[in-house]
Amino acid sequence: MKTTISMLIVDDEDSVRDSLYNWFIEDGYEVDCAANAKEALTKIESSRFDIILADIKMPGMDGLEMHRRIKALNSSAIVIIMTAFASVETAVQALKDGAFDYITKPFDPDDLSHLIRNAAKQISLKNENEALKNKIVTLENIEDIVGNSEEMIRVLKEVENVAPTNSSVIITGESGTGKELIARAIHSNSPRKFFPLVTVHCGALSEDLLESELFGHEKGAFTGAMFNRKGRFEMADGGTIFLDEIATISMKMQIELLRVLETRSFTRVGGNKEIRSDFRIICATNKDLKKMVAEGTFREDLYYRLNVVNISIPPLRDRKEDIPMLVNYFMKKYCTSMSRDLINIDPAAMRRIVEYNFPGNVRELENMIERAIVVGNGKEIRLKDLPLEKDIISDSNDSLNELEKKYIFQTLNKYNWNISRTAKALRIDRVTLYNKIKKHDLSQPK
Amino acid sequence: MVAHGRFENKFLERLSNDVNVAFNTPVTVAQFHHDIALYFDPARKQYDANRILKLVHAEYSSQNIKTMGLFQVDLFIPILTYIFGQAEYKGNAGIASVFRLRNEQYGMQGNERLLYERFRKVVIHELGHTFGLIHCHVPICVMRPGTYVEDIDQKKHLFCNKCSNELDLELVKR
Repeated sequence: MKTTISMLIVDDEDSVRDSLYNWFIEDGYEVDCAANAKEALTKIESSRFDIILADIKMPGMDGLEMHRRIKALNSSAIVIIMTAFASVETAVQALKDGAFDYITKPFDPDDLSHLIRNAAKQISLKNENEALKNKIVTLENIEDIVGNSEEMIRVLKEVENVAPTNSSVIITGESGTGKELIARAIHSNSPRKFFPLVTVHCGALSEDLLESELFGHEKGAFTGAMFNRKGRFEMADGGTIFLDEIATISMKMQIELLRVLETRSFTRVGGNKEIRSDFRIICATNKDLKKMVAEGTFREDLYYRLNVVNISIPPLRDRKEDIPMLVNYFMKKYCTSMSRDLINIDPAAMRRIVEYNFPGNVRELENMIERAIVVGNGKEIRLKDLPLEKDIISDSNDSLNELEKKYIFQTLNKYNWNISRTAKALRIDRVTLYNKIKKHDLSQPK
Repeated sequence: MVAHGRFENKFLERLSNDVNVAFNTPVTVAQFHHDIALYFDPARKQYDANRILKLVHAEYSSQNIKTMGLFQVDLFIPILTYIFGQAEYKGNAGIASVFRLRNEQYGMQGNERLLYERFRKVVIHELGHTFGLIHCHVPICVMRPGTYVEDIDQKKHLFCNKCSNELDLELVKR
């Protein structure tokens, strides 16, 4: 965001321009001048000015007319009209046309400074407001999507942009990143929000079952089809259908799906009546669909039909700054659901959580906090309540030397610094263990 | 510094010493020989500071010398009712006048010590602009803008840390 306020001074009198130029340049503004309205408009077309200080009486085009043209070119600029005649009519007209204020010549230095300072303050507030707006997401029903990191703000901004449209969306992201929550957010903020969001977990269903689930079936269509049943596409009429794990569907189902997407109509299994449904489709996957297309396991035409908008959710390890907020959110959520008093978290435990890599993403963190509340002391989450000690190696970026030190220290603690038992567990002799303790400068915690 | 009108030698000597200390730069005082009657505006009964500044620039300044015109007359610029001084931002010329700094101007008893204090601040302030310093909001910094003599009295003749550092950088460049 730029910090210097830029100003254009428009006056046909050289001495006035020079005086104002000197006055404002000494105040630290970026100042440019124009001798008439035509020159000013040319400058405004090519550069952006925050404040335009324009004389009301100029040959060729007066200040009021110029003001109207300025507003058409750069509506955000603050225009202050200068007049040598304290004409109430012209001043009122200027204000009616949207001028910020007017000032009569010769100026009282204090009035001029105050006026410009107020205008500059308004510009700063406006810039600040715009910057904040870019950070604030105005989505509804996104309480479960927690995070203030740049990555999550980007995702939510994409959701905000895509939600009001009817476009197909593919949500990609590792397992546990919250793809279904994003799909819900899109639906909840779309004009379809008063109609159902129908979710289908494609990976959990066999091909036949999926077909019946999606399209419905007629009574007697197959063994066990005792009644007519509406399919998910039919149920989603007016709303949204969310197909999770889209990469798992068979080639046959891909063709069926493509046909439905093209015609927005289908027939139930065992039926012959064409059913039309008005739905929006959102899919999710943790696989690389483009790669699957290249390998021939996912239809290219279906991929392009689905992939109108792609929202990629970052893994938790790429937005670690959100972890403390997520931890607090889950602590509150589970303490409330378990009817317990709200608990705290030990800073060491929080540090360890933030350091952890979370291959299972937010879902893993959520389960971890739930477990810690269940097994903990009811007052705070301690380091030992977290199932994190096992991954000392798998998630470490440490050198071999550092890993050895940590592993020996962990084993020593496990056996209460009993050298014989620790050496036995490490499958080294006691002398070697003593040497290692000395080498790594290890000592028993008090 | 070029002095126009009746300034006491002692006054000018003291001023040149103080300016020398403020900018760590040698200062010479000379007489301003040009007639400024041409720049008198009979309607306002004041002298046009913009035009006098241009004259100082044209006749007395050069590439490596900053010239400060010292005056006794009432200065104005078209947009303002009066000014204490004016300078070319990052330029080589500036002007200052004692006229509006005198206590007598405001119906009070004359005070030569206070007049000198005020004038010294105005001269250093305007010269600061020629070295590229902009107005500062530190209440006691000499670069704080002042509309009234009371504003000048409230600040010191010294630069705040920030302005001082910026001035040092500018002086090093030279």
